[in-house]
Amino acid sequence: MNAYTKYFVKKSGWYLLTLFIALLLNFLLPRMIEGNPVSTIASQVSQGMTDSDSIKKVYDNFAKEFGIDKPILVQFGVYLKNLLSGDLGTSFGLYPRPVSSILASAVPWTVALQLPAIIVGWILGNVLGALAAYRKGAFDKILFPTALFINSIPFFTLAIILLYLFGITLKWFPISGGYDFQMIPHFSLDFILSVIRHHTLPFLSIVLVTIGGQAIGMREMSIYELNADYVLYSKLLGVRDSRVARYVFKNAMLPQITGLALSIGTMVGGSLICEIVFSYPGIGTWLFTAIRQLDYPLISGCTLLIAVTVLLANFTIDIIYGFVDPRIKAAQMEEN
Amino acid sequence: MAHSFGILLRSPKFLIGAIVTLLILALVLIYPEINKNDPLSMEALAFQPPGNGLLLGSDNFGRDLFLELVYGIRTSLVVGLIAGICATAIGLLLGLLSGYIGGIIDNILTAITNMFIVIPSFIILILISVSINSRSSMIVALIIGFTSWPWTARAVRAQTTSLRNRDHVNIAKISGHSTPRIIISEILPYIASYVVMAFILQVASGILAEASISMLGLGPYNTISLGIIMNWALVFEAPVSGAWWAFVPAAFAIAIITFSLYLMNTGMDEIFNPKIRS
Repeated sequence: MNAYTKYFVKKSGWYLLTLFIALLLNFLLPRMIEGNPVSTIASQVSQGMTDSDSIKKVYDNFAKEFGIDKPILVQFGVYLKNLLSGDLGTSFGLYPRPVSSILASAVPWTVALQLPAIIVGWILGNVLGALAAYRKGAFDKILFPTALFINSIPFFTLAIILLYLFGITLKWFPISGGYDFQMIPHFSLDFILSVIRHHTLPFLSIVLVTIGGQAIGMREMSIYELNADYVLYSKLLGVRDSRVARYVFKNAMLPQITGLALSIGTMVGGSLICEIVFSYPGIGTWLFTAIRQLDYPLISGCTLLIAVTVLLANFTIDIIYGFVDPRIKAAQMEEN
Repeated sequence: MAHSFGILLRSPKFLIGAIVTLLILALVLIYPEINKNDPLSMEALAFQPPGNGLLLGSDNFGRDLFLELVYGIRTSLVVGLIAGICATAIGLLLGLLSGYIGGIIDNILTAITNMFIVIPSFIILILISVSINSRSSMIVALIIGFTSWPWTARAVRAQTTSLRNRDHVNIAKISGHSTPRIIISEILPYIASYVVMAFILQVASGILAEASISMLGLGPYNTISLGIIMNWALVFEAPVSGAWWAFVPAAFAIAIITFSLYLMNTGMDEIFNPKIRS
């Protein structure tokens, strides 16, 4: 077995275990609701229903889904089995629509919003941070406090302010939804333009906050590297400045990749709340609705999906990191 | 101690951050003594603009927003502080244990820490909050604290591991000092400045976490916090009504508080970590 395969297998094992813990938490925590969750839920869903047969049907349906008459371990088994077949239960709020179909309709919106925003914010933030450390002077004096301030604003706050400024006061961009509400989603230029216009503000608010956090981290790492002995030595040797800058950038970049892996959970969480501000038709808005309606299956569907996605993102970054970081390669060589 | 505090005061970043934080503290402690009105009492019509004796106008319920803001900042600060203490205490304890003792305990604790770093704490926060029916601001603070320790634990462990084999620690070991005593008198002083900095960051992120969770509608009941003010503004569509005073001041308050905390942290970092001094 070569060194990288070993690294890969070990990482995969850890992530599988973490996934299991995440599933366990997702299963156990909602079952801590006091009393019998099914009767609490069924009475909420069937509010306004007078026909006792249909009330009983609702109750039986959820009792079966939760499997409350069985011991907790068997319930967990049922839960895992349902998960594997893609069954996330039935929504209370939109009864009898299955949770998986709601999530499937929301995922493309969230992915199309967050993935580009986080990547763009990450790249811009790193470039700006490196520049601030390298140029110092006025550029740094302005950039650093600004970045620190933007980073202190919660995602949704910046979103609300952008919404108010550009959406309501200046009327440059629409204030809610993923596309004009009178349109039917179809493939045409009009529709795509409408999607882009609705996409702009939430996209900007995520990008700006991400730039703030990343620029601070990159600036700090670059200053640290710039003061390292190898920089002084290269300068004394007469190595060109642009080349030294490249060394510094490369070295400062590595921790930023880990940084991305570790902060992706927070970013995704923040961006989800950002969606709520713009009533963007993604997972965040559904989560908000679900919480307001105490729609437990939908809540745990959302949290599960987010947790699994964040795990996957981390796993991907870890795997890439194994290729990129020479220290990991060296450690593998030594072990062999 | 007095010496390092003296050095700190020479850092402009730390000084600005500390002064702003103290001013905000003074405001939220003194103002309720001057204006003894109930922040939840209705004073005017809904969404009145600033003026007419109301410094920041009124919210959707016609309540005095400035008074609400003062109480909101107070709750948010308390929540952040409790969450910060809780997270730092757990992180410090686990980090010291796994870093100093090492071996199998280290392996287990590190594995747990790594897992909880990867599982978004935001998700655990939502799941716990949804399951608890009566949430006081105290409970919200504790939940935030219990979900945000992994960072501190990981960093403290790394520092403790590097300190464990230093000569002064070995001498203490040979002298037959007990483990708790070695940790307290030989390890803790070296990481104290780092722990204080981590604590400040935990307070800031606790305030942000409270704001986020309240925004989702999972905030504490029967109280006003900055997140709850924002949640009301959004639920009652203040932006659409053009009532900027219902959300901009609260948003700004969150940003100012966390900004001054971050600034204090950066200032301390530059003092205690000479390598990044620019």
